[in-house]
Amino acid sequence: MQKNHAFALTYHAFFILFITAPLLVVVAVSFTSLGYISLPTEGVSLRWFYAILEERQFVDAFLMSAWLALVSASAAVALAIPAALGLANYRFPGRNALTAFFLSPLMIPHVVMGIAFLRFFNQAGFSGSFGWLSMTHVIVIFPYALRLTLASVTGLSRDAELAARSLGARPHTVFRRIVLPLILPGVAGGWMLAFIQSFDEVTMTIFVATPGTTTLPVAMYSYISQSIDPLVASLSAVLIVATTITMFVLDRLVGLDRVLVGKG
Amino acid sequence: MADSLSVGTRPIAVRRSRFRNPTPWLLCSPALLLFLGLLLVPLLLTIVLSFSVYDSATGTGQGYTFSHYIEVLTDSYYHEIFLRTGGMSLAVTLLCIVLGVPEALILSRMRSPWRAIFLIIILGPLLISVIVRTLGWAILMGNEGLINAALQSWGLIDSPVKMLYTMTGVTIALTHVLIPFMIISVWASIQKLDSSVENAGLSLGASPMTVLRRVILPQIMPGVLSGSIIVFALAASAFATPAILGGRRLKVVATAAYDEFTATLNWPLGAAIAILLLIAMVAIILGSNYLVERRYRAVFER
Repeated sequence: MQKNHAFALTYHAFFILFITAPLLVVVAVSFTSLGYISLPTEGVSLRWFYAILEERQFVDAFLMSAWLALVSASAAVALAIPAALGLANYRFPGRNALTAFFLSPLMIPHVVMGIAFLRFFNQAGFSGSFGWLSMTHVIVIFPYALRLTLASVTGLSRDAELAARSLGARPHTVFRRIVLPLILPGVAGGWMLAFIQSFDEVTMTIFVATPGTTTLPVAMYSYISQSIDPLVASLSAVLIVATTITMFVLDRLVGLDRVLVGKG
Repeated sequence: MADSLSVGTRPIAVRRSRFRNPTPWLLCSPALLLFLGLLLVPLLLTIVLSFSVYDSATGTGQGYTFSHYIEVLTDSYYHEIFLRTGGMSLAVTLLCIVLGVPEALILSRMRSPWRAIFLIIILGPLLISVIVRTLGWAILMGNEGLINAALQSWGLIDSPVKMLYTMTGVTIALTHVLIPFMIISVWASIQKLDSSVENAGLSLGASPMTVLRRVILPQIMPGVLSGSIIVFALAASAFATPAILGGRRLKVVATAAYDEFTATLNWPLGAAIAILLLIAMVAIILGSNYLVERRYRAVFER
């Protein structure tokens, strides 16, 4: 293996600066004591973090997003486990087409899905319902849940399963006592990735969210299109820290590169 | 016959599914029902909507028409939007290749703890909301933003450089948002490299540059190309970053479709734009996938 040249390391330093600068600047600005976007040169203050709690729309939107992501990610995983078992353990005509169909939300632009859901909800009279909104999220995040679950089912050795079956365990028991515990790390990783994708989704949600079902990214988008102030920076800083923590958990659980490889 | 070869690993399932076995379909049915009812049907309804007559009073009138497609395909206003989106996506893709490929190679040559740490730093932002990352660029790029303030205090420029509400700004920010996908893709093909081939080249007297050009780059090319497809597709359908950093005037396809639905309220036209975007996207992804596969089959046979 070749070593990195000093020139390469300089490039690397600039690259890391490019990657981290926009995030670091958000965190830095959020500590300002002034009323407008500025670095905290006049003194560090937490006033903008307290201000988040007084901004009712962001608190409501945060709770909505968290609840929506919780429900959607759980539903996506609940659908992905049987689907992954079916796709991984059986060879049947239409299997590849079915897999492609399940992964297709990765390829369809979110704007197109937003428009499709908006039109559908409008005609069917589903607008403003939390249940239907969460189902659209299930579709968008399903590929992430399915892919990680599928990877852990495919990597599973079937010896333990066969042993249990030959000893007389019923399919239900085999699943609950053998298969599920073995695929659980992958399923948990899939759930977390699905949760994050649902929590962050903005392009599709902006079409179907109504005043009663505004999610945090949608609220932040509307706010930023009006004005950019330290309040939205401090809110973003909170999100950056929260995501960083989740990221380390994910990395411990399944390995971050594995979670993200092929993600589109 | 392929089935009987895999009997060793998955005997029960394979033997039972030789003939029509409903079990896999039953297992997939909950997800399949959801996808049929809530993805396929709405997409078909959107196609129908794009052919509906526009009525300014009720939104959609009676009857069907091609006029929205003809309008988008012939009006120079929409040509500009589609060309701007295509040009921006191409620029973002090229920047991701030029900046991302060297970084992936540098990463692969790092030693154990650093490699994992920097990989997390580079891939981690993927999990942070696009809105937050775009906000960071908006703060950096404003006329009184940090980049302009720094350049002015160092005396490099006299008056602020306009970056916000320009395509340059949008392109830089989108490159930042999407470059992790390029790194992931290239990284995956670097993992498959056999370092003994590299060492053979070096020991036979090739310079490191020659080894890079003749040995490493050809082998990671599939990764670069598949990364480019992902980056291009995501750039062409990007919404939040161009909407926030491009402002009202610099529309791309996604923001134009959004405006038809929320501002102009011409839903059939908005649907036609969306369907054209979807067709372009599917054609580009499937077409380039096909070309990549064909090209690399030829390489392996040679």
